[in-house]
Amino acid sequence: MKVLAAMSGGVDSAVAAARAVAAGHDVTGVHLALSRNPQSFRSGARGCCTLEDARDARRAADVIGIPFYVWDLADRFRQDVVDDFVAEYAAGRTPNPCLRCNEKIKFTAVLDKALALGFDAVCTGHYARIVAGRLLRAVDEGKDQSYVLGVLTADQVAGAMFPLGTSTKQVVRREAADRGLAVAEKPDSHDICFIADGDTSGFLRQRLGSAPGSIVDSSGTTVGEHDGAYAFTVGQRRGLRIARPAPDGRPRYVLDISPVTRTVTVGTADELDVVGLTANRPRWSGPPPQGAVECLAQLRAHGEAVPAVARRGPDDGQVDVELRRPARGIAPGQAVVLYDGDAVIGSATIVSTR
Amino acid sequence: MSERGTYLDHAATTPMLPEAVEAMTARLGLVGNPSSLHAAGRAARRVVEESREALAQAVGARPSEVVFTGGGTEADNLAVKGLYWHRRSESPGRTRILASAVEHHAVMDSALWLAEHEAAQVEWLPVDRFGRVLPETLEAALAQDADSVALVSVMWANNEVGTVQPIAALAEIAHAHGVPIHSDAVQAFGQLPVDFGSTDLDAMTVTGHKIGGPLGVGALVLRRNVALTPVLHGGGQERDVRSGTLDTPAIAGLAAAAEVAVKRQPERAEQLAGLRDDLVRRVRAVVPDAVLGGDPDLSAAHRLPGNAHFSFPGCEGDALLLLLDARGIECSTGSACSAGVPQPSHVLLAMGIPEDLARGSLRFSFGHTSTAADVDAVAEAIGAVVDRARGAGQTGLRT
Repeated sequence: MKVLAAMSGGVDSAVAAARAVAAGHDVTGVHLALSRNPQSFRSGARGCCTLEDARDARRAADVIGIPFYVWDLADRFRQDVVDDFVAEYAAGRTPNPCLRCNEKIKFTAVLDKALALGFDAVCTGHYARIVAGRLLRAVDEGKDQSYVLGVLTADQVAGAMFPLGTSTKQVVRREAADRGLAVAEKPDSHDICFIADGDTSGFLRQRLGSAPGSIVDSSGTTVGEHDGAYAFTVGQRRGLRIARPAPDGRPRYVLDISPVTRTVTVGTADELDVVGLTANRPRWSGPPPQGAVECLAQLRAHGEAVPAVARRGPDDGQVDVELRRPARGIAPGQAVVLYDGDAVIGSATIVSTR
Repeated sequence: MSERGTYLDHAATTPMLPEAVEAMTARLGLVGNPSSLHAAGRAARRVVEESREALAQAVGARPSEVVFTGGGTEADNLAVKGLYWHRRSESPGRTRILASAVEHHAVMDSALWLAEHEAAQVEWLPVDRFGRVLPETLEAALAQDADSVALVSVMWANNEVGTVQPIAALAEIAHAHGVPIHSDAVQAFGQLPVDFGSTDLDAMTVTGHKIGGPLGVGALVLRRNVALTPVLHGGGQERDVRSGTLDTPAIAGLAAAAEVAVKRQPERAEQLAGLRDDLVRRVRAVVPDAVLGGDPDLSAAHRLPGNAHFSFPGCEGDALLLLLDARGIECSTGSACSAGVPQPSHVLLAMGIPEDLARGSLRFSFGHTSTAADVDAVAEAIGAVVDRARGAGQTGLRT
């Protein structure tokens, strides 16, 4: 097959590309330039898309012995991922930009262009497996990234290649060293790549400005003030800066964010429990549920999957999920990814919880 | 043919001539700093001075007018910054820099740096749709207070579209106004007759690796009575204008290449033009809507003989490049890259080419190792490649 390997400059995508070559494919590497004004160097372990990352990716391609190009996706990334991220927070929701990037950038913009240019698949360093056309969890549970790939449709999965899903990170690092890839010891990237310093609320404040409002408890009593509801996430405990302690002295958590009234509601841990949710924008890589389907629901990237019953809404644009076991701190905007055992069925964006 | 296939990127760099390899390697194992007074130093000095004479002869200058540098970019920086600083030190009001809108980044970014840090006012001389600065354009810019102009810089021939500038006329105008003029002749030298002495130019850039010499060595040809402020300070080599131990082997290689390039220039130009004309004809036959960039008059008075430039409507240059590369054809989008990210070429935009069309551009450049087989390879591949790239469109990555 003709394979286009997306190479971030990290160890995973480098080994993935090398494995695609070893499997006999005709591989071309591309680095996705996602920022118009990239930083020269990485700061700490975080982020990607610096000039140094582009260089690391190019060096890896040299060592593997494949052609290498840089594709400019800065405009698309800003519009589809960064602007969306800011707008979601402004609307009181908690988005996951990695899912969005996989959906809109890697497996739409890049995959479409790759297919049009005559490639058969896009290869990435994600830890997930594709078996008989189904997207499966990686064998390394700690590294499994099937959740952030849950947004892929069956067509997108058909154009994807994830050579690392059968390995542990440790094995991948060792293989990188064996293959002479200088990125073998490079630290993992984490957090949000376009917020290099990790200060999400500072990033949002810069874009959304000051929007003061009240913090109330579940009885409606004002217990504090805030400078912008977007700085809060459902389930958040730290940084609430509530002057008055709760009458019972127990810690308080964000329960709800109402962007229109700029009200942040707080309450006890018990009140965070969620037994069901409604989600929209479903995307199916497996067979869409017919009637009530027993499955597992994963509600955040590194959360556990809880037994659940999923039903599609009447118009197909909605999914209702009943959780067999309460889950805690579930925010609108997050994705629910449904699994049949290890196999991804699909995902949807959480609209409301109960 | 390069090791992999069809190499049509000689304007980026061209293989070294055997004569240059021989001259350079003959010096590589020998000791001697040309500034040293002992026998080893004198031997090295002799090679440098013979090379200086050979290069001077090749460009139509006097030996004392050749200032060796570490390549074309350094020579351009030295000319633009050095002339600016010196001229302003003579008269603080001289802060205007007049440069063509199609200069190489080595000139362009030097001028922009001076604007940002040294209070220069840069005026980009507009070009016509073929990329040419008309003499009346320079005349008009100088007529407005020539005393405030520090320097003029216009390239001899453009690296992307191959357009040859009316350099003798431009130099004459600059001189009539008493303003020094520099020309980047990196692309012209070896392909066109370049005779510094017969023009009114004050400074001219040439470089080794575009003419079959080594990389990392070039020269600023600088008229004897023209003073400039050095960029590199140190041991005072090269008229105190460019310090740094002279690179004897590379200089020997540069001089050998220059001699050969100039001696064979007429026949080489004819050979390159023949291949290029054939390529232009055959690409147009296969892709009728391909737009030839630059001057449609393909004669050497108007256009570099080795240059062909096309814009393919509806295509992304980087997609074309990828598809050709996969078929063993090596060319260029001709535009500058930052971190490998292609930007629409400032040259094409200055020529009034719409940005969409500019993005779908390719430069094929011929050199001394080019053959008819190279043209055949492109003619055979280009149709399918353009179809494929057009299918991928320009919309994939941009919104």
